[in-house]
Amino acid sequence: MSANELIRSSAAVMAAKLAAGEVTSVELVQAHLDRIAAVDGGDRGVHAFLHVNTEEALAVAADVDARRAAGEELHELAGVPIAVKDLIVTKGQPTTAGSKFLEGWMSPYDATVIKKLRAARMPILGKTNLDEFAMGSSTEHSAYGPTRNPWDLDRIPGGSGGGSAAAVAAFEAPLALGTDTGGSIRQPGAVTGTVGVKPTYGAVSRYGAIAMASSLDQIGPVSRTVLDSALLQEVIGGHDPFDSTSLSDPSTGLAAAARLGNVEGMKIGIIKELHGEGYQSGVETRFNESLELLRGAGAEIIEISCPNFGYALGAYYLIMPSEASSNLAKFDGVRFGMRTLPTEGSITIERVMSATRAAGFGDEVKRRIILGTYALSAGYYDAYYGSAQKVRTLIQRDFAAAFAQVDVLISPTTPTTAFKLGEKIDDPLSMYLNDVATIPANLAGVPGLTLPGGLADEDGLPVGIQLLAPAREDARLYRVGAVLESLLEAQWGGPLLDRAPALAQNSAKEAN
Amino acid sequence: MSVDTILSFEEAMEKYDPVLGFEVHVELNTKTKMFSSAPNEFGDAPNTNVNEVCLGLPGVLPVVNKKAVESSILIGLALNCKIAEHCTFARKQYFYPDTPKNFQTSQYEDPICYDGWLDIELEDGTIFRVEIERAHMEEDAGKLTHMGGATGRIQGADFSLVDYNRSGVPLVEIVTKPIEGAGSRAPELAKAYVAAVREIVKNLGVSDAKMERGNVRCDANVSLRPYGQEKFGTRTETKNVNSLRAVENAVKFEIQRHGAVLDSGVKIIQETRHWHEDTKSTTSGRPKSDADDYRYFPEPDLVPIVTTSEWVEELRSRLPEPPAARRKRLQADWGYTDLEFRDVVNAALLDEIEETVTAGASAAAARKWWMGEIARRAKLADVDPAALGVSPAVVVEIEKLIASGAINDKLARKVLDGVLEGEGTPSEIVAKRGLAVVSDDAPLQKAIDEALAAQPDVAAKIRAGKIQAVGAIVGGVMKATRGQADAGRVRELILATLGVEG
Amino acid sequence: MAAINREDVAHLAQLAHIEMSDDELDRMANELAVIVDAVKSVSEAAGDDVPATSHPIPLTNVMREDVVGHVLTAEEALSGAPDAQDGRFKVPAILEES
Ligand SMILES: [Mg+2]
Ligand SMILES: [Zn+2]
Repeated sequence: MSANELIRSSAAVMAAKLAAGEVTSVELVQAHLDRIAAVDGGDRGVHAFLHVNTEEALAVAADVDARRAAGEELHELAGVPIAVKDLIVTKGQPTTAGSKFLEGWMSPYDATVIKKLRAARMPILGKTNLDEFAMGSSTEHSAYGPTRNPWDLDRIPGGSGGGSAAAVAAFEAPLALGTDTGGSIRQPGAVTGTVGVKPTYGAVSRYGAIAMASSLDQIGPVSRTVLDSALLQEVIGGHDPFDSTSLSDPSTGLAAAARLGNVEGMKIGIIKELHGEGYQSGVETRFNESLELLRGAGAEIIEISCPNFGYALGAYYLIMPSEASSNLAKFDGVRFGMRTLPTEGSITIERVMSATRAAGFGDEVKRRIILGTYALSAGYYDAYYGSAQKVRTLIQRDFAAAFAQVDVLISPTTPTTAFKLGEKIDDPLSMYLNDVATIPANLAGVPGLTLPGGLADEDGLPVGIQLLAPAREDARLYRVGAVLESLLEAQWGGPLLDRAPALAQNSAKEAN
Repeated sequence: MSVDTILSFEEAMEKYDPVLGFEVHVELNTKTKMFSSAPNEFGDAPNTNVNEVCLGLPGVLPVVNKKAVESSILIGLALNCKIAEHCTFARKQYFYPDTPKNFQTSQYEDPICYDGWLDIELEDGTIFRVEIERAHMEEDAGKLTHMGGATGRIQGADFSLVDYNRSGVPLVEIVTKPIEGAGSRAPELAKAYVAAVREIVKNLGVSDAKMERGNVRCDANVSLRPYGQEKFGTRTETKNVNSLRAVENAVKFEIQRHGAVLDSGVKIIQETRHWHEDTKSTTSGRPKSDADDYRYFPEPDLVPIVTTSEWVEELRSRLPEPPAARRKRLQADWGYTDLEFRDVVNAALLDEIEETVTAGASAAAARKWWMGEIARRAKLADVDPAALGVSPAVVVEIEKLIASGAINDKLARKVLDGVLEGEGTPSEIVAKRGLAVVSDDAPLQKAIDEALAAQPDVAAKIRAGKIQAVGAIVGGVMKATRGQADAGRVRELILATLGVEG
Repeated sequence: MAAINREDVAHLAQLAHIEMSDDELDRMANELAVIVDAVKSVSEAAGDDVPATSHPIPLTNVMREDVVGHVLTAEEALSGAPDAQDGRFKVPAILEES
């Protein structure tokens, strides 16, 4: 198998080849490093990575190869490389959160998910680009420049986890970690034709993920296949005593669910409020096609109404900035990160903090901090933050009523396909509308998965299909997702990403 | 810094009725911090008792210390509070460099303990009930050292250095309801209240309770109103009052200062004041720009605490006897006079005397030794009597030796010296130093015969019936036997030798 | 609910410790007015009888035993600090010179 074929395999296939001795981890990691070197840099590069972890990744790979040669029992994914969203702290590599504030900052500790990757001996290829502090839906708010969508380099890869999704879509990594506060795993997955999962809130430890909105944030897998996400969630999931909101449930049975291969007799609910008006016609067409396939496979499709979902976006844009304004208060230029002195007047710590935060934060971050400060300030709390928390209850009730009738819910992941870079950068509100279908899951804590549903007829760009399950029923997402994926791929004659245009090679030769 | 004019305390009290309120912060002596497993240790090198949580580094999350929760409940129970069945944490937001996250994780709407009271005994025995509004859990901040200024003060400093070792140490903040009716005894009550809280948390074993280390810190609120007026006046909150005497003085000073301000027709500004031990006065604190709007909201990284009645009752069963009740019981048991008992309390020897009595000494003997010889030697050595190195068992053993006639009081003091010199147990010392009372008559008779021979005129007087003169012979004998003779027996033998009826 | 204006933003920026130029304040006020307008329906969505949800998955009594865990060395603690001295974090004066 050529390196080019190798990097286009799924993580599960890579793992099998490693286990069978058909390829070494060093070869596998090197092939990905070559691919990154070929397509990521330059003016028209994908720019999925903010940091490439060459030495450590190769060292871990060599260690895995040696252990395998010595007959040591290894984790199933040992030696399979992975990319990590740069919101997650890592020892030995800089963590920037896409912000100038943290340029060059080296964390003295590892996030829990990173400890788990290390325990499974998965080489970390590097840190991926994101909207600053994960605030955005296009990765254009990164202080280090935008990531490009491998399907069309003039379009956004989604956000905030555009780097992770693009890296996987561009075959720079088979797997990546993302974080999802309002759709930051699923929306990039949808617009790049990849798979992404926001697990049940608490299923994966948040310890070491730089917090945006604590009650909404969740780390999850990014991959090219449903099974690969299931395998990765099994690695990173499970209880963590360092996260008080971590669930005690084990993260097992997910890959098995993905391998189950049937949906017969399952009830699947279409959320009335999350399609139709406001959704691009090509998105609707592909969505309806998926419904037909599931129906054909023996699932019962039922229309469900979630009447309070109309308030979800508003509630989200009060809760998220409120929590974010508080979580980002620690960025003050005292203990870590940058420090900027005021250009005039006295140098007091208060003025230095204000100057530092003014210089270190980008516009979108400032906007959300000010909005959140407003929503929490005296006299406004009840009307804003308090009301939003009540809406959250209503949305949970909508989900509870829906899941009393169906096993999973289904909707398009995003209302449109990828838009052009720069198109919405000056219109925060229209940017926010991208997350209308993904936000309810975060508010209610339920798991959500996106998988590629085909290409929209009008622009030839990927459309995402979102599945939602009750809290702690992540396995259902993998079960239904894998079935739909195989039905769609049978129809397409292969993975959707086979239809993505070849990327221009940055260096003289692509990895042979 | 302008110096405030103040009224005399008497004049202020003539015109105005003081209302007090206290916020006492108690540092718990848990092994680890409130929300992280870093050690809760005082006095180590800067920034060595921290992990990423205490520094508020990006990505960290808090986890509640169960022991700290239980200690908080114990404090609440000792303050006669109700314990919340369900309570949450909240973020109190303000920027300050000693606060690593720029918010303090605290409790807001639903404190773990609420609606309590504490009876405070004033010096003359008057009981004053202070109502407790709440006691809530929170975390301490780091420590700032101000550099470049003349006195290490914040004013005039060029820069400050931050040590986060204290960051995250568990705190319980105890807040009183407004205290009315203390009148001119307000300063005394203030001191007695803080002393009582300190004694309670120490007695519970939940805090080291050392005010000089900041384990117990008091913010004192004072307002004045004209007599007969129901509405409270505007209050000031004096921070940094870190000794019992300072609490008393700060309340007194603020009453005097408020009085002068009100007399001049000016309104009191609601503000934070800082107490200065050197000048025995308060100055206006810098108004924090965000102090008026802390933007409290429920801490999303922590989940609620639910207290079952089983849990609370199990904790209640661990409560020691309240200090005031214990004092009452011990005084009755021991039969000390009020004066004797107060001296024992002031000498902080209640525990030692109780142990000594429990170990078998009489209450009178225990008091005699601890308040007498042991206290005297401690004073010479400049240590607390309890720290001198005399155990209750030693006192009991010495008392037994006296009772059996093996030693007398004078010898017992020498035995005590031996104990302090590390020569062993009292019995061992009696043997080693040969301190036992000489009870064999033969050597005594020899010494008596010699003494009578040396003082024939005295012997004649005694024979003539002047029995009081026997003392001179006894003294000679005692001298000759280096005090080891039983003086009573010596006297008998002298009279017998001279054939005189005693 | 009142619309958000420039003075509000100036006050909020002060609370949030973010220095802002006059231009920035104007721009931010305009943007926030639009956003606040878009989210205000939330305040009418739920009645008094609806409880607030602050945690999506309700858990209680998640606590840690009082056992000492890992610490950073002072060197590690200070490794990311913009300024340090004598093993401590160094910050500019807290008060204005007076
Ligand atoms: Mg207070
Ligand atoms: Zn406090």
